[in-house]
Amino acid sequence: MTGKPLLSLQQVSKTFSNGTEALSNLTLEIEEGSFVSLLGPSGCGKSTALQIIAGLSSMTTGKISWPTSAPTRNLHPNGEISFVFQEPTLMPWATAFDNVWLPLRLKNLSKVVIHSRVEDALQKVDLLDFANAYPRELSGGMKMRVSIARALVTRPKLLLMDEPFAALDEMTRFKLNNDLLKLWEQFNLSVIFVTHSVFESVYLSKRIFLMSARPGRVVTDISIDKSYPRGDEFRTSASYNNYCQKTYESLRLAMHQETVSS
Amino acid sequence: MDENYPAHAGSEQVVRWLLPIIIMALSVWVWDRICIWNEIPSYILPRPYDVLEALFDDHTLLLEALAVTLKITLSALVIAIFGGVGMAMLFAQSKWIEMAFFPYAVILQVTPIIVIAPLIFVYVDSKFVGLLMCAWIVAFFPILSSTTLGLNSTDHYLRAMMRLYGANRWQTLWYLRLPAALPYFLGGLKVAGGLALIGAIIAEFVAGTGGIGSGLAFVILEASYRLNIPRMFAAIFLISLTGLVIFLCTSLLSYFLLHKWHESETKSEQ
Repeated sequence: MTGKPLLSLQQVSKTFSNGTEALSNLTLEIEEGSFVSLLGPSGCGKSTALQIIAGLSSMTTGKISWPTSAPTRNLHPNGEISFVFQEPTLMPWATAFDNVWLPLRLKNLSKVVIHSRVEDALQKVDLLDFANAYPRELSGGMKMRVSIARALVTRPKLLLMDEPFAALDEMTRFKLNNDLLKLWEQFNLSVIFVTHSVFESVYLSKRIFLMSARPGRVVTDISIDKSYPRGDEFRTSASYNNYCQKTYESLRLAMHQETVSS
Repeated sequence: MDENYPAHAGSEQVVRWLLPIIIMALSVWVWDRICIWNEIPSYILPRPYDVLEALFDDHTLLLEALAVTLKITLSALVIAIFGGVGMAMLFAQSKWIEMAFFPYAVILQVTPIIVIAPLIFVYVDSKFVGLLMCAWIVAFFPILSSTTLGLNSTDHYLRAMMRLYGANRWQTLWYLRLPAALPYFLGGLKVAGGLALIGAIIAEFVAGTGGIGSGLAFVILEASYRLNIPRMFAAIFLISLTGLVIFLCTSLLSYFLLHKWHESETKSEQ
């Protein structure tokens, strides 16, 4: 690790009330400004880990620390985290503008004061022309871009993304991958991206944390030493292919070890 | 095919309105023919014309009675809206409150109003208040149960998002849960509108049998004692018309509030 540490999870475990052990001794550190992916099979606890980081779920044991921020009682720095869920999670009764406005509205900022900020966020995701459209009038990809704009409007330090593009078609997903990388650089964000796609994680991430099957824990991490900006030439390059192969092999090995050990 | 779409949609609208009117005209014609062919006297089954005549001849009496019934129905509906939504909001704030009080709301609903009404008139001096209470009891529950369901059905991701952005209880209620419950509330309102009228009519019957009353149900009761069947039919016609107008008003309100975003009121092009 070379950057300033932003977030550290130490030995975090989570057991649900029905006895399901979702996470077991999950340990990882995230640097400021990094783009990391949590990669693992479905049900390995990736989303649970993200929710614990966001303060939306409690951990059973373990510790989360924020070296550079003052943690609140929820153990996360209030207002510095945004979350993009698997679904666009838009309010169907509100326009794109009003959906993006919501996080600022909750802070009791007036519409006039924050108008330019909301427009700026919509502009960043190329949806300013659709500010007055309702979610039902937007395509799946556009809805997800509104969701990203809403996450960015609070100018967060850390953006948590829980398989946000899983339901989209390949071309839309590629475009949104590129848009996301641009936004990450523009906003100087740290991103934790949950996915079960090896290809997506390699394309986007500086670092990939591979998680074992349930109960989830980090079994290894892989650095993707390809500089940004990344584009279609990277996606079709031999090095991308090699990284994908390496990641896939590591994931397969990790899962095999888990199977043997259990 | 696409070019034909608007014309097809337009003709469907015409048919939608025209078809019930044709059926009604046919039914009235058949009714009239049955009376003539079987030479049925008007004190058993009046002809449609007799009913129309009663509507015109007794219009002062009928309209005064209609005003009374309408006043009770609408007042009960307004109180049911505020009471039902208010209580649903209270239930949404605490599962304990919901668990404590919801069974009583159910008991009030499942006990037929016809058996509660006489008791109400024993304990309540004011005729108007008694009638209002009966209509309110019937109209209150659909709004309470639908709104409670709506408030509890908010998308869990959206609720998580509100928590993440530090929304307090009232912000979550105002910005998220109430708008999400709107379609459910409006569904309940459509049912409650009709039930408020039914509650008012039943209460008027009960009160009327006891010698107090002035609404449309009382007119029916009085006309039945006098064997004035055309007037009975005229009063029934006004009750049905009132119910229809209430339903249309609530449907219109639902359309205006939901047509931009909710599936139930939006039209998808095919």
